[in-house]
Amino acid sequence: MDISHIPVLGAVPILAPCLSDLGQCADALKIGLFNGLIIALVAMGYTLVYGILQLINFANGDVFMTGSMLALFGVSILGISEKSSPAFIIVGLIGLLLVIMLITATLNASIERLAYRPLRNAPTLATLISAIGMSFVLQNVGQILLGPSPVSLPKILPTTTLFSLGTVQFRFNEVFVAVVTVPLLIVLAWFVRSTRQGKAMRATAQDREAAGLMGIDVNRTITLTFLLAGALAGGAGLVVALFYGQAWWFFGFPFGLLAFTAAVLGGIGNLTGAALGGVALGIIRALNERYVDPRWTDVVVFSILILVLVFRPSGLLGAKRAEGS
Amino acid sequence: MAVQLTRVSGRTGLPNPFAGTDGDRRNRTIVAALLIAAVVYPFVANAIPSVLPAPSVNNLIVMCYYAVLALGLNIVVGFAGLLDLGYVAFYVFGAYTTAFLASPQFGIHVPWFLIAPIAIVAAALAGILLGAPTLRLRGDYLAIVTLGFGEIVPQLMRNLDKVNINIAGQTIIGPDRNVTGGALGINPIDALTIPLPPFLQKLWDTPNLVFSNSNGHASFYLVLGILVLSYFVCRRLRDSRLGRAWMAIREDETAASSMGINTVTTKLLAFSLGASFSGFVGAFVASYQTAVFPESFNFSVSISILIMVILGGMGSLRGVVVGAFALTYVSQTFLPFLGRIVDPPIQGLGQQIGIGLLQNFTLVSMNYLIFGVILVLMMIFRPEGLLPSAARKAELHGEGIAAEGTFGTTETVAEAATAFGAERGELDPGDDAPARASNRDDQPPNPSGNGPTGEQA
Repeated sequence: MDISHIPVLGAVPILAPCLSDLGQCADALKIGLFNGLIIALVAMGYTLVYGILQLINFANGDVFMTGSMLALFGVSILGISEKSSPAFIIVGLIGLLLVIMLITATLNASIERLAYRPLRNAPTLATLISAIGMSFVLQNVGQILLGPSPVSLPKILPTTTLFSLGTVQFRFNEVFVAVVTVPLLIVLAWFVRSTRQGKAMRATAQDREAAGLMGIDVNRTITLTFLLAGALAGGAGLVVALFYGQAWWFFGFPFGLLAFTAAVLGGIGNLTGAALGGVALGIIRALNERYVDPRWTDVVVFSILILVLVFRPSGLLGAKRAEGS
Repeated sequence: MAVQLTRVSGRTGLPNPFAGTDGDRRNRTIVAALLIAAVVYPFVANAIPSVLPAPSVNNLIVMCYYAVLALGLNIVVGFAGLLDLGYVAFYVFGAYTTAFLASPQFGIHVPWFLIAPIAIVAAALAGILLGAPTLRLRGDYLAIVTLGFGEIVPQLMRNLDKVNINIAGQTIIGPDRNVTGGALGINPIDALTIPLPPFLQKLWDTPNLVFSNSNGHASFYLVLGILVLSYFVCRRLRDSRLGRAWMAIREDETAASSMGINTVTTKLLAFSLGASFSGFVGAFVASYQTAVFPESFNFSVSISILIMVILGGMGSLRGVVVGAFALTYVSQTFLPFLGRIVDPPIQGLGQQIGIGLLQNFTLVSMNYLIFGVILVLMMIFRPEGLLPSAARKAELHGEGIAAEGTFGTTETVAEAATAFGAERGELDPGDDAPARASNRDDQPPNPSGNGPTGEQA
C-alpha cells in the first residue's frame, strides 16, 4: 500500500455515517464548502508569497485578523445594522470591502518592506523568524485595540433561507460568502495567468535572478505579490467577521495555520492547489465536527499538515519540491 | 578562515577555533563568583539599592527554568540549526509524566528523584518520535511540522479526559476514563519533599523540606542546581564530538555528511537531547506548581523560548542563559514595575480626552509586542545575538551570507572539520586562549581550503 493512501483510509469512518444520511451529509458538505472558500482566500496569500520568496509569511494570518478587526470598526463607524436599508448595506459593505482590502494590502506590503526585504539575502529561517515577530506584533496590536475576548459585530446579514437544493438550505449569509470569495479567487487567477504583471510574478517565482536579468523589476513584483496577498487576507477578514459575527485578536493564528495547511495540502506555490486545498480542508473540518468531535478538529487539521509535509511535501497537486535543497 | 580565528595550538599547528569558547580559568573565576552571587542573592536582594526592581524569588525561579528550557532549545536551534517551533510539546511530556506519576490522578506517588529521570527519558523519546519521520524535511517545513506537533500535544492533554478504548469488544480503557484531567489539568501534584535531619527540623521548625511554590527559597536552590547541571551538560555536549557534528550539520549538511557524519543520527540526538532538558524542567515545574494545566503550554511559550535563544545568541551558552534571564525579567518584573508608574498617567490622560483605548492601557499587555519587535530587529541587525559565541559571530559576519546554510554560511564546515581533527588527540589541552576572532567584514577570511581541511583525510 502506498503511504499516501493513509489520509484516504482515514476518511472511511467519516464516510460511513455520512452515506447513511445523505441530507445531513450534504448539509455538512455545504458548511465545509463555504468555510473552505474563506480558507482558500487566505491560503492564496501563503501560496503566492511562498511561491515567490519561499517564505512562510507567518504574519498573513494576522493580516487577515486585522481585516476582520477593521470590518468591526468600519461597521460601527458606518452604523450598518440589520435595520439599515438594503441599498445602504450593500453599498456600505462593498465600500468597506474595498477600503479594508486597500489597508491590509498596504499593511502586508509594508511588513515585507520593513521586516523581510532587509533579509532578502539572509537564510530563509531568519526571514521566517522575522515573520513570526511581525505576527506577534500584529496580534498584540489587535489585542490592545480589541481587548482580550472576542468582540461581537452587530448582526447585518440575514440568515433567512435564500434557496434550497433538495434538503440543503442555502442561507443568505452563506451565499454572501460565496459572492465575495469566488469573484476574488477568479480575479486573482485571471491576474496571475493573463496579465503582464502576473507573468512577471510567475517569472520571479520561477527564477528571481533570471527574471531580474530579463528586465523585470523584482522588488516591485514582490511588493505586488504582498499587496495581493494582503488584499485577499483583508477580504477574507471582512467575510469572517460578518459570517461569524465576531472579531478576535487571536483568530489570526489558528486560521492562518489552517490556511497554510490548505496551501500545503494543495501543493504550496500552486494557486489551484491552494483553492482546492482550502475547500477540502473546510469540508474535512465540517465532517469532523458533525461526525467525530469538534474538540478534535485542530488535532485533525494539524495531523493532516504533518502527514502531508512528511509523506507528500509537494502537496496533492504537486508543486515545488520540499525535501532536500 | 579558521586560520585567523584563534591562537594556533602548539603541537600540531592546527588552529582550534572552538578553544576560546570553552572554559578558561578566568571564566571559571567569573562563574564561581556568579554562582556565589546567585546563592546569596535571595537573602540580600532587598538590601541592595537598585534603580531597577529586584525580581522576587518566584520570578527568579521562572528565570532559571526558562534558562534551562532555552539551553535545551539551543541544542536544537543553536547547535544543530534546526528550527523547532513546538518545543513546548516536550515540556508537556515532562510535566504530564510527572503529573501522572505523582498525583491522585492514578493514585501513583513515585518519589520525585525517580520521576525526574523518567520525565527526561519521556521527553527525549518524544523528541525521537517527532524527529524520526520529519528530520529529512527542509528547514522551514520542519519548523511548521514542529509547530503542528507543539499544537497537537497540549490539545491531546486537553481532550483526553474521556477516553474509551475498546479492542474486539474488550474495554481496555474506559468507560470515559479521565486520563489527563482535560482543561482543568491535574491538580494537586506531589511536591518534592525531603525529610529533614532532627537538628534542622528544630532550626526551621518543620519536619520536611518542601520544594513547592509555597517555599520559594528551597525551590530556587533546586532550580538553580538544575540550571547549573544543565549548563555544564550543554558545555560538555558542545565541546564533544557530537557537538561539533551538530555545528557541522548546521553549516552545511551535505559537506558534513561527506565528512563522515551520520546526519540522521546526529540530528535525532539533537532533537532528543534538546527535548530532554525540557523534560527535566517539566518535572520541576509540575512539582513546583503542584499542578499542570493544558492552557499553560501554548505556542507563545515555544516562541518565548526561541526569542531567548535568539536574543542571547544562537549557539552561545552564556548568551541563551542571559537571554532567558533578561526576557523573563523584563516580562515578569520590569514591565509590571514600569507599568505601575506609567499606566495611571496614561489612563488618566485617556479619561480626560475620552479615548477608551488609553483608559484601558496597561504596559504589561504590550509584552508580546515587545517580543515581536525584538525578533524582527534581532534578525535584521544582529542575527548572531547579543552575546554570540566567537565562532558564530565569525560566521554571520564573514563574507557574503550564503542562502544555502540553515542560519549561517557554509565556510565554517572547514572549521568543524578542523575541530574533528583536533579531537583525535591533536587538541592541545592547555590551549585555553579565548578566541580572538577576527570576525568583522574589514578582514576578509582566508579561503578555508588551504591547510587544515586538506590534511583531514
